[in-house]
Amino acid sequence: MGARPWPGGRRAEHEGQPVTPVCVVDYGAGNLRSLRTGLERAGAAVTVTDDPARVAAAGRVLVPGVGAAGAAMAALERRGLAGAIRDAAAAGAYVFGICLGLQLLFDASDEDDVPCLGLLPGRAVAMSFADRVPHMGWNDVTPQADHPLARALPAVCYFAHSYAVEPAAAGSVLGTTELGGRPFASVAGAGRVAGTQFHPEKSGPAGRDLLRAFLRWSARAA
Amino acid sequence: MLRKRVIPCLDVRGGRLVKGVRFRELRDCGDPVDAAERYAAAGADEIVWLNIAAEAEAWRELLEAVERAAERVDIPLTVGGGIDRPERARELLLAGADKISVNSAALRTPELIDELAERLGSQCVVVAMDAARGDGGWWTYSRGGMQPTGIDTVEWAQEAARRGSGELLVTSIDSDGGRRGYDLELIGRIRERVRVPVIASGGAGGAGDIVAALRAGADAALAASIFHDGETTPDDVKREVAACGLPARV
Repeated sequence: MGARPWPGGRRAEHEGQPVTPVCVVDYGAGNLRSLRTGLERAGAAVTVTDDPARVAAAGRVLVPGVGAAGAAMAALERRGLAGAIRDAAAAGAYVFGICLGLQLLFDASDEDDVPCLGLLPGRAVAMSFADRVPHMGWNDVTPQADHPLARALPAVCYFAHSYAVEPAAAGSVLGTTELGGRPFASVAGAGRVAGTQFHPEKSGPAGRDLLRAFLRWSARAA
Repeated sequence: MLRKRVIPCLDVRGGRLVKGVRFRELRDCGDPVDAAERYAAAGADEIVWLNIAAEAEAWRELLEAVERAAERVDIPLTVGGGIDRPERARELLLAGADKISVNSAALRTPELIDELAERLGSQCVVVAMDAARGDGGWWTYSRGGMQPTGIDTVEWAQEAARRGSGELLVTSIDSDGGRRGYDLELIGRIRERVRVPVIASGGAGGAGDIVAALRAGADAALAASIFHDGETTPDDVKREVAACGLPARV
């Protein structure tokens, strides 16, 4: 727990390393321990919270995700966290989604046919093109844009999912991964909202580099 | 390209790593978190912990070990053994496991698979099955391979996938511990009948056996003794896999 939350948007020095505050949204998705450790190793001061007021006021919001879209959106709405994430984004926060968390940033998901946070145009669709679902294991992530996150790419990262995002704007595809002979968006984003379909916190050193790229990108402008 | 995975399997009893022969003559072999961390550094693509403790008090110790692993191991961890109800699966995931595997309890109550998949998501539900050759094919055994169920393994694999298992861990009882290779026919048969990933288990005597299982269609191969005895490492095995023209994370 050692990390203290720093005032939103400011960088501080901690043992010679820049420490960047990140607020991880806890909506009962489980397994936030590895994510916290992964972020801390990348140089973040992590706050895990289910308090909408703290999420809304944060400068960097991380949306984790495990499970199904319908249950996750219901949990976010019930706790007032969906509105808090939108408020944070509207106030200029960096919002970063991981796995299901990335899918929730889009308009809607075909999984449970549920409306999502609507921070990125597009939707999550079933991966009918894959010969095996879930897409499970380590796969290549290839950069598709000149973006600060793409500095951690190319990389081989860990995936575990059955749905993938289809951004409405081609420019929002920041990285792709191939499955069943077809590329899908494995890193996506626009403005200060972005995320990865893979799990950086489970992708060894490659994942740590990606989280570090997120911290650098979001710290630069803050 | 999606890589074939090489997965060391560790037997744990409560919070301790143990080794033995077919769950007998168990020796304490240290901290399973240390071992998982070593394997991650040595190129393991994932780690599986098989909890072999029956004692109730061991569950709390297992959860504590999973919590420590989540803080130190930055590759996926699957935990199985003793998950007889959804609450236990949820406890493991909240402690930091990435996937859970069920075996005997799913054979007793197949609806458990549906419930786990619905509540937790298919991607973290692994159904493990122990199979032995018999009349007309392979038959499934429960309770650590001790109890015949009369269930056809290939049919059970299809049912488990249909009910929402995101992955199948298939162990050949005939091959297990023999170190003469996996049951390739079993792996091939199941893989052509399901659309979820299949992990081959039981019989690895060296890198060549793992290559053969992956060639036979396994998406991943599980091995224990060849790693624990220090004969080889996941990195060495994966170099061999790559040299044979299969995709590996090297």
